[in-house]
Amino acid sequence: MAEFSGLSRAAARQLAERALALSKAEACQVNINASANGNTRYARNEVTTAGDTDNATVTVTSRFGKRAASVGTNVLDQAGLARAVEASERLAKLAPENPELMAPLAAQVYTDVPAYAEATAGLDAVRRADAVRNAAAESNRAGLLATGIVHRVGGASAVANSAGLFGYHASTTTVHTLTVRSPDGKGSGWGGTAHNDWARATPPAQLATRAVRKAQGTRASTALEPGKYTVVLEPTAAGNLVSLLAFSMNARPADEGRSFFSRRGGGNRIGEKVADERITISSDPQDPDLLTSPFTGEGLPVGRTAWIENGVLKNLAYDRFWADKQGMKPTPFAGGYRLKGTGTAQSLEELIKGVERGLLVTRFWYIRAVDQRTLLYTGITRDGVFLIERGEVSRAVNNFRFNESPVAMLNNLVAVGKPERVSSSESGDVGGPAVVVPPLVVKDFAFTSVSEAV
Amino acid sequence: MRDQKTYASTDDVFTVQDVYRCFPQMNITAVDTARGLFETRNSAEVAPMALGWEWVLKSDLPGNAPRWAEQAVQKLTAKSVEPGRYDLILEPHHLFLTIHESIAHPTELDRALGFEANYAGTSFLAPPEQILKKFKYGPEFMNIQGDRSQAGSLSACGWDDDGVAPETYLIIKNGIVVDYQTTRDQVAWLTPLTGRTRSHGTSYAESWADVQFQRMPNVSLLPGERDLKIDDLIAATENGIYIVGRGSYSIDQQRYNFQFGGQVFYEVKGGKITGMLKDVAYQSRTPDFWNAMDMIGGQSSYLMNGTFTDGKGQPGQSNAVSHGTPPARFKGINVINTGRDRG
Repeated sequence: MAEFSGLSRAAARQLAERALALSKAEACQVNINASANGNTRYARNEVTTAGDTDNATVTVTSRFGKRAASVGTNVLDQAGLARAVEASERLAKLAPENPELMAPLAAQVYTDVPAYAEATAGLDAVRRADAVRNAAAESNRAGLLATGIVHRVGGASAVANSAGLFGYHASTTTVHTLTVRSPDGKGSGWGGTAHNDWARATPPAQLATRAVRKAQGTRASTALEPGKYTVVLEPTAAGNLVSLLAFSMNARPADEGRSFFSRRGGGNRIGEKVADERITISSDPQDPDLLTSPFTGEGLPVGRTAWIENGVLKNLAYDRFWADKQGMKPTPFAGGYRLKGTGTAQSLEELIKGVERGLLVTRFWYIRAVDQRTLLYTGITRDGVFLIERGEVSRAVNNFRFNESPVAMLNNLVAVGKPERVSSSESGDVGGPAVVVPPLVVKDFAFTSVSEAV
Repeated sequence: MRDQKTYASTDDVFTVQDVYRCFPQMNITAVDTARGLFETRNSAEVAPMALGWEWVLKSDLPGNAPRWAEQAVQKLTAKSVEPGRYDLILEPHHLFLTIHESIAHPTELDRALGFEANYAGTSFLAPPEQILKKFKYGPEFMNIQGDRSQAGSLSACGWDDDGVAPETYLIIKNGIVVDYQTTRDQVAWLTPLTGRTRSHGTSYAESWADVQFQRMPNVSLLPGERDLKIDDLIAATENGIYIVGRGSYSIDQQRYNFQFGGQVFYEVKGGKITGMLKDVAYQSRTPDFWNAMDMIGGQSSYLMNGTFTDGKGQPGQSNAVSHGTPPARFKGINVINTGRDRG
């Protein structure tokens, strides 16, 4: 299994053992994160900034009974580790008791996840500049202005504790997103790609071509009234909204009556139908398009979990304390998910052909919760909304504000396409989760006002 | 948090700064299990400040908790708002966020010129030559100040991350846009329009691992000449909604179309508060909204609140910034009902 050159498995183990050996606490946990972070920004077809940062941190958590405290440091010589261990012990003794603190986990068995790709690790400043040049060339050729980022992180995380647990996971992630605008500000298009492996990400020129076409297409946008529309959500737009549901699937707030997943009268909604029966949402660190960490921060193994299966809520995430209290098995949520539909996985173009009248949405932005009880969110479309008439894109239209729930969306499903890994975080950099979603066709999607922003 | 920052440059600048910031917070949830309802109330009136532990003590979260809990329970049975146009009375702990999103962000010069188009977005205040000294943002009594010096404000510092001592200046004067936020790298772009050659001192980097770039200073709505208070605004309102505290917030990438919620909403009829409302959010368009402002509080009603983690840049960087404002009233703003059947 590939390892991060900046922190191999053996080096991580040795570093953890050095910290643990300094501990005088009743129990001690060590978390290590090491990364090589490289990014190149560009604006108006030119590189603006580029930077590389190498860093490694050790976080020591010391425990005395139900008291615990953590201290992090990136000074990793013996004196630096000793200061962190001593400070965490001093603070732990001062901390109030935490009745929910669970005993440290004993040694666990983890699956190896091949998440480290050499093509990503090797995406240095020169290669990133090449990627920008290839993207900007497409924009320049079209007389447009490209602004974006090529970002990659390679690194390793490790967890160890005084009960003998040790886990190591090396990974890489890369994202390239760009927004292409017309100099007169009347057109805007977007393209984005994300993967562990740069070799599996969409090539820069291809990505830029997609954004250029959208920018050209939106220059002559026409007005359309807000209202309820059938929408064809491109995979990124689908991922923007499905993530709001997927990352709210926690058992405790549901059991405590403060979540969409709370059952009226008490308890949660596991076993109830919450989405169209064609919908399945699952997470699996071994999924070749997800490749997330096989353990949590405290070393709990992460396996495959079906959250929604054929529209039925199958699982909610239980941390160790809440699982113990409720007599359930701890169920961690992995750092990503896959949504798939049953039946034929159609392409985006095939989905568009099946729509009599609707709107094609590139992506959503500035999405914020309005009502957690109904999972109602508001946000904005950007970088391309197009009217579909009789199975064809007929013209670009203005942007909209939506007030909609991803639950309602997954119950108003018309058709599901072929899933792909997307860059679905608002920030457009490496920070987001791994998300694999298909394009979706959804009826009665609520746009509540027009945005004249381009 | 404690932020120790050292800056040195070959332009003969060497600065060392030590800043404390503090954000005491509480969130209360009231649950009606039988009806499947829940409502929350957070400590919205406790601002994040560039202060230390003394601010935690002064915030008195335990002392305020019973009142906030009572309001969370009240929200469970509050009247759901009738959608329509209302006069909105917005107090400072709510209005600061509307200022942040609809004034502070669009007056960032890098946005206006397209440099942040891929994430934070651009700005409707572009190009500068068509905006400066021409664009009417709001009424004549509207003055917006940029500064990094108000006592306890989150953006306060001695020098920015270009080594420039920040200055206090007007971004909007008598309702007209007169300036943008600038750094050393940017100011020359505006010199032909403003005659200015000195940066306003708004450069910031989150940490040693980040590149500094233009981030907003404290951007504040200055109080009116008459010393009106929130009660005066309520007493003068026939059919309105009084909104307390920040809630849900969203705005488009050019800062035109926005939607804001709040913590607690009160119906105002005939100059009096007549009861609590729920499911309230208002939608508007930035220039329409600010030009609808017709009353503003005075100096004694001016308060600061702020955001502890404002995001911008790629890779994303977070900064902290305050916004001072008196309460203000906005005529005929579109209010929607956000209540839905859970199914």
